[in-house]
Formats: sequence, C-alpha cells, structure tokens
Amino acid sequence: MPTNQPLPSSVAGLPTLEAVDLGCRRGNRILFKGVSLAVSTGQATWLRGRNGRGKTSLLRLAAGLAVPESGQVLWGGTPVRRSDTFHSALLYIGHANALKDDLSVTESLQFLARMHQRDSDPVALHAALDQVGMGSRRDAMVRTLSQGQRRRAALARLALDHRASIWILDEPYDALDADGVECINALLHAHLSRGGSTLLTSHQAPGASAPDMAEFDLDPFG
Amino acid sequence: MGSAFSAVYVRDLRLALRRRVEALLPLVFFVVAISLFPLGVGPEPQTLRQIAAGVVWVSALLASMLSVTSLYAGDHADGSLEQMMLSGQPGLVIASAKAAAHWTVTGAPLVLAAPLIGLLLDMSTAGLLTLVVSLLLGTPILSLLGGMGAALTLGLRSAGVLLILLILPLSIPALIFGAGAVGAVDSGLATSGHFSLLGALLILTALTAPLATSFALRIALE
Amino acid sequence: MNRSVRWFTFAAPSRFYWLVGVLNPWFWTAAVALTIAGMYVGFFVAPTDATQGESYRIIFIHVPAAWMSMIIYLAMAFWAAVGWMFNARMASVLARALAPTGAMFTFLALWTGAFWGKPTWGTWWVWDARLTSELILLFLYLGYIALVASIDDMVRGDKAGALLAIVGAVNVPIIYFSVRWWNTLHQGATISMTAAPKMAHTMLTAMMLMTLAFWAYSFAVVFTRAQAMALERDHDAEWVRQLALGRKDSS
Repeated sequence: MPTNQPLPSSVAGLPTLEAVDLGCRRGNRILFKGVSLAVSTGQATWLRGRNGRGKTSLLRLAAGLAVPESGQVLWGGTPVRRSDTFHSALLYIGHANALKDDLSVTESLQFLARMHQRDSDPVALHAALDQVGMGSRRDAMVRTLSQGQRRRAALARLALDHRASIWILDEPYDALDADGVECINALLHAHLSRGGSTLLTSHQAPGASAPDMAEFDLDPFG
Repeated sequence: MGSAFSAVYVRDLRLALRRRVEALLPLVFFVVAISLFPLGVGPEPQTLRQIAAGVVWVSALLASMLSVTSLYAGDHADGSLEQMMLSGQPGLVIASAKAAAHWTVTGAPLVLAAPLIGLLLDMSTAGLLTLVVSLLLGTPILSLLGGMGAALTLGLRSAGVLLILLILPLSIPALIFGAGAVGAVDSGLATSGHFSLLGALLILTALTAPLATSFALRIALE
Repeated sequence: MNRSVRWFTFAAPSRFYWLVGVLNPWFWTAAVALTIAGMYVGFFVAPTDATQGESYRIIFIHVPAAWMSMIIYLAMAFWAAVGWMFNARMASVLARALAPTGAMFTFLALWTGAFWGKPTWGTWWVWDARLTSELILLFLYLGYIALVASIDDMVRGDKAGALLAIVGAVNVPIIYFSVRWWNTLHQGATISMTAAPKMAHTMLTAMMLMTLAFWAYSFAVVFTRAQAMALERDHDAEWVRQLALGRKDSS
C-alpha cells in the first residue's frame, strides 16, 4: 500500500520528528556526529548501520530516553524531552519486551496500556493479541513463552494503538518467523495510511510485504 | 495520574504475591537477625530489654535495605522501567507508587511482627506499643529512602552493598527518633517529642524522596 | 558581560589546567609557610592550658580539620550541582577532586579527636554529638566516592554524584540535629568535646593559621587532582597531545 494516499483530515498536519545535528557518546567514545534526519507524516524510515554504530542509541535519543551529546531531537519544533504532546504520541518498543515474567500476557499489556493511558479493556487487548497471532496464549504466563512469542506479545501494542502517531521500533522483526513478519508489516501499512510515522532498525530486510521505507545509513556518521 | 499510581502499585503487589517466598525473605531475615542478639549478648532479660528497641530498629533498617535493591532492577532489566519513564506520567508518581508497594510488601509485615519480637526481648507493653507506632512511622521513611538509593545505584556492580552504604547514614535520624521513643517510654518520659520529629521526618521524606528518586531514574536511564 | 566571559573561560579543561599550573606553586608555598607558622604558635607560643595541660594542643589540628571537612563537603555539593545544572564538566571534576581531601580531613578530625580524648578523658573514643556527626560525615564522603567510582559512564557518574551530594548536604543539618538530640537523651556521655579550653589570644591565632594552612593545602592538592582528572577525561584532545609533546598550550 503506497504511503502517498490522501490522509484523513483529522491526522493531517501532525508534527514531524526531527533529529538536528545529533551527536551521541557512549562511555568515552563518540558514536556518531552530525546526524540530521526527519520522519514525517505517513513515512517510514529504516535506520541501517553495522553493529555498534549506535542505532539503538539513536532510537533512544529519538524517544527522549537519553540526552544527546550534541544537537537535538525535535517534535513539532519542540525538544522531545520538554514537549507536552510527544509522550502521548509516542509508541516505543525497544529491544527488551517490557513484559513481566510473573504476569500473564494480558496483565502485562494491561499495565502498559494503563501507564500510557491507552485502552486497557480486555476485549480490545484480546483483539490486538489475535492480530499478532497470540490470542490463544493471552492468559499464559510470560515466563512460559518462547522468544518469538514474547516478541509478538510485545508488538501487540502496535495493534492496540490507533492513536499514536510516531512508532519507534528497535529490531521489531527480531525472533519472528515469516508469519510474524507479515503481521507486523500489515500493522505498519495500516499505521502509515492513518498518517502515522515510523522509525525502525532491523538487521534483516523488512521483506516484500513491508511498506516502502526511506533508508538512512548511520555508518558514514561514526 | 491517580491511575498510574494504582497501576504501578497493584502490579508490584501482584508480582510480590506470585513470588511469596521471596517477598517474605526480609521478614525472615528480620527475625533471624534479632535472634542473634540474645545469643551474642546473653539472655538476661534486663539487658535484652535495654537493647530491644535499638536491636529491632536496626534489624528493620537492614531488612528494608536488603529488599529494596531489587525495587527497580527487575523493571530495568526487562525494559518495563523505560516504558514507565516514557509514559508521560510524572516520575514522582511512579517513585511514590514503588515506595508504597515496597512498604506494603516489606515494611508493613515488620510492623506487624514487631510485637511478637518484642516479647522475645522481654519488652514492656508500653514499650511494645511505642515500638509498633515508631516502626509504623519509620518504615515508610526507610522505603522512600531505599527507593532513592535503588534508583541511584541502578544497574551497578555491587549495587546492594553500595546502596546500604549510601542510605544507612541518611536513615540515622529516623533510627534515633524511633528507637529513642521507646527509650523514653521505658524511662517514663513523654514520647510526643520523638513522634512529632519522626512524623515531621516522614512528611519531609515523602515530599522530597520521590522527586530525588525520579531524577535518579532519569540519570540512570540516560 | 566581559567579566562573565572571562570566568567561563576557565571552565574549559585546557585553560583550567594552565591556570592551576600558574597558581599552584603559590598555594603550596602558602600551605607550607602557614603550617610552620601555625605549628610554631600552637606548640611553642600558646600557653599551657590550666585544666588540660599540654595535650590540648591537638585541637590546633583537630578543629581546623573538622571545619575543613564540613566546608569541603558543602563546596563539593555546590560544584557538583553547578556541573549538573550547567553541564559544566570542570565543575563536576572539581567536585570529584574535592571528595578524597574532604574525607581525609574528616578522618584526621576523628583521629585527632581520639588523641585528644585519651589523655584528657581516658577513652579513645567518645560518642559525643560532634564526633559522632563527624563519623557520619565520613560515611557520607565514602558513599559519594564509592558511588562515582562504581559508575563507568563519566556523565552519569557526575550527575548521580551531584544528586547524592545535594541530598547529603540537605541531610547534614538533620543528621546533626538528631545526633545532638540523641546525645542529650543518653546522660552517660557527660564528656563533651565542646568544652574547649578558654581561648587565649595566641591559641586563636594558632587555630586561624592552621585553618588557613589547611585551606591553602586543600586548594593545592584538589587542583592538582583536578588537573590529573582533566587530562584523563580529555585524553584524546589536542591540548593534551600538545602538552605531552612539551609545547606550550596555545589556547
């Protein structure tokens, strides 16, 4: 599905996530410098680079978790760490799944939904889990799931989310089988056509079913 | 905001209930540690009565500190902490909820066990009552300070011992006022001064520790 | 406008390094001179005390050391806070450099307190309010040093240390108050270090000289330590390379 379909009028004019002259330090090493990129409405950007180049660090800077060594990350012109609107518009799924071993899948997702003030209704959660193929395991303890299953459960938040306008995803396809990759790509298509935007990293190619993505290579900036 | 507090609080309680043995370890430590003193100083009721308040208080302090090291560690490891900090909810609220949950799981059982322990050390009834009230006011202070220590030492090697080194000096005023109250009762003096000071300390800590904790969490995640 | 620009100039590690290089010889000289003067007045000029004899003379080290231990803690908390608030790396370096010296003075105060106690009161240690507070201050210093040492990431270490130092500084009056409260409750400790001998004029002079000597020493040693830390942090910067190659700093 192309990303240049006319957007619903309610989501037109959403703020853009911009990195301006961004620099990152890890320990005492400069990872990258002078990175400028923008992710606008309806666009997906695939962040590429070799291991250790700082892709995860860039995502964390974009999400406002970390403070840049230089430059800034802006949301609609305001620095993300000071923005009032950024947090409700952001959905960040990092390398870790943020699921508690001792809670069931539903309980874990309910907690995350409540914290982010999203719909935590069990019916909606089950529907979202169905979309990622985890419906049958919705009451299972997270502890009992395989890596791939945990990843799917974590990504169920994407199916739950019709409000978030920027998705920042760190290796979303990690540990997923071909079927899982299809599910995620379907969710991405729907998200982009709603006017959402996505910034993601992936060491594997997003696949044929994925939406068109702009590519950004981090290697030259190290 | 209120729903974020209850979401974190209820989740932490639920997690503790699912690991009941681990949740009870501080209480067991408390009893064991106190039992060491008669073995160390001799079983004479007179001596025990004199040292009882101090022994119970110090053991409560140590039991609290031992269990607080894991307050944020689990959430940090599985990515839940990042999600909580990205949720847009005030860090203050999250820190308060975590401290409240820690007190409910660790502090409150100590308060409930204190009367029985006091009998082991041949305390008077008035002394026992005073001890319970002083612990009721004091253990929340320990949970609040401990939470701050846990956030400061998040993810560090030897975080446990380091936390104890950092927080014990700060807990000394609570120890002095709390144990001092029992000493006052035994000498027939008024406890109102001790309790007012302890209460004031509790209010001051409740107003400042969560804020410091949220700063510490931000620093740890950067 | 011009004034403030010149201040922040020394926030740059290379210029700080140069400034310390210029000032430190003076600080060391002053420290040595003042110590000799202070010791001379304290041990030879000041009169023998009526009640405590010669052993009281240890207060010429004990009291200035205790003062320094408290002043340095406040300075440490101040510079750490400045470093955190303004992202000023040299301020954070200064805070870290202050800690070991502060801890040393605290330890010195405790040690000399013991030496004072033994001949005067018969015990090596007395749980009076001031000595006990001094002991807790030592724990606060050790806690700070341990925390910043355990954090590998310099920036995180600076910020976490700043938070801890500020929390500690706020707590110091509370701790001191509670220890005084505790001390008055337990009548056993009638011995008090606060019962210092009535100060003759020369005794005050000696104390002032020793205090100034400790100040000068602190500046010298803390700045030297800060220089070393600045070198470590900026180890791959141009100015460090120039320094290593023996050329004068061009900035």
